[in-house]
Amino acid sequence: MSAKEIKERMSGNEAVAYAIRQVEPDVMPAFPITPSTEIPQMVSNYIANGQMDTDFIPVESEHSAMSAAIGAEAAGARTMTATSSAGLALMWEELLLAASNRLPIALTLVNRTLSGPININCDHTDGMGARDTGWIQIYAESNQEVYDNFIQAYPIAEDPRVHLPIMICQDGFITSHAVMNINLLEDEEVKKFAGTYNPEEFMLNPDNPVSVGPYAASCFVMEHRKAQEAAMENSKEVILEVAKKFGEMSGRQYGLFEEYKTEDAEFIMVIMGSAAGTAKEAVDQLRAEGHKVGVLKIRVFRPFPEKEIAEALKNCRAAAIMDRCESYNGNSGPLGSEITAGLYRSKVFIEAVNYIYGLGGRDFTVDTVREIFAELKQVADGEIEAPQHKYIGLRQ
Amino acid sequence: MRTDITKINENTPWTEMPEGSHIYAAGTSAMFNTGEWRTNTPVFLEDKCKQCLLCAPVCPEISIPVKDGKRLAFDYDHCKGCGICAKVCPFDAIVMKEGIEP
Repeated sequence: MSAKEIKERMSGNEAVAYAIRQVEPDVMPAFPITPSTEIPQMVSNYIANGQMDTDFIPVESEHSAMSAAIGAEAAGARTMTATSSAGLALMWEELLLAASNRLPIALTLVNRTLSGPININCDHTDGMGARDTGWIQIYAESNQEVYDNFIQAYPIAEDPRVHLPIMICQDGFITSHAVMNINLLEDEEVKKFAGTYNPEEFMLNPDNPVSVGPYAASCFVMEHRKAQEAAMENSKEVILEVAKKFGEMSGRQYGLFEEYKTEDAEFIMVIMGSAAGTAKEAVDQLRAEGHKVGVLKIRVFRPFPEKEIAEALKNCRAAAIMDRCESYNGNSGPLGSEITAGLYRSKVFIEAVNYIYGLGGRDFTVDTVREIFAELKQVADGEIEAPQHKYIGLRQ
Repeated sequence: MRTDITKINENTPWTEMPEGSHIYAAGTSAMFNTGEWRTNTPVFLEDKCKQCLLCAPVCPEISIPVKDGKRLAFDYDHCKGCGICAKVCPFDAIVMKEGIEP
């Protein structure tokens, strides 16, 4: 570890705004929406105070925010934006353009549910809705993680093997507004780590003209999609390389997912985002009582580490797959679908039970995790049928 | 990697396509003969033309070349036959004819 630690306490939004100031992208078009509004607000303050030199563009909608981000990035500027919920939904068309045009834009997403019923609190409906848009998605458990993840964003996205946009996600209010202890890095260390953006090809370059976003006839589209898909596959090794380099600087280690007390675990909860902290607390309690339980916390959702997750789960008796999102397919949430498909493809035939929890900010407690582990044991012992697609904390 | 756009065709494998379908060259639309799309064709009646040059700037395909202050013959390789030039001509010096041939 080379960097000096700066101990602070910050909300998740403050932490990511602080990281943005340190990375200092060239351009940030943004439109406010709860619970991410503080991020452009804080960045605007930094700019107004002369603490950073980013061009902030106040746009009239999120559709415009992502359109402006695409234009700026194609022109050759390191660009980012921030949003939540309906804001991300309004960007949907442009999210696909950013990815297919291979523009390494960063978006800091503060996860919030989507209407209806209208609600401002946390679940993963917004991020999951964008899961097939071609963006890399990295989720955080805590303020520390979202800060660290943002610092790693551009080195991943701008790598020539990748050239894809990246979404750095944190849970609305739970992470974004709650103040926690945090270890910050020095400005110079962060600037050195993030580097400067020197694209090989960019539009504001009269010596080497380039057109971005042309029509492609049917004889070209599949070849382009395959190349884009290959870049997403490549990003996995780049994410790990950048994490390793970040670990050497900060002392904090990251992977595609975190395995918490899973080594000898009979029962594992697979979970993403802030609720992993709740699950870990329950695991600590259950371990103290002699139960072999663990948590697999997904950090990288796109690219999806399907084989690695199957490998990590293959020795447990049963896994609970926790979805903070409904998929309306009549069977499971997004993680439930993708992980069980991965288990099958890797020929890992454990009991895998999909639960839906925490929609619209519904509390998820240590007691709930304990109940789920108890239920997993009953399933593995053959006492009950696996209660697939069960809603946790639902009034019956 | 800067790909030579003239070498991209229907046989190019996916590993050799330009990243993000970017086109690494300028003025490449000249290589694409949109004139094949034409169903109506503008015909230039030179004796009626006063060289007012209202037609050239309204052409969406830059198919009315101008040289030394005078418009020249239509570029039929690229003219899509939209008819805007005929509509804008105050002297009936451009008439639209059915079909792809002038």
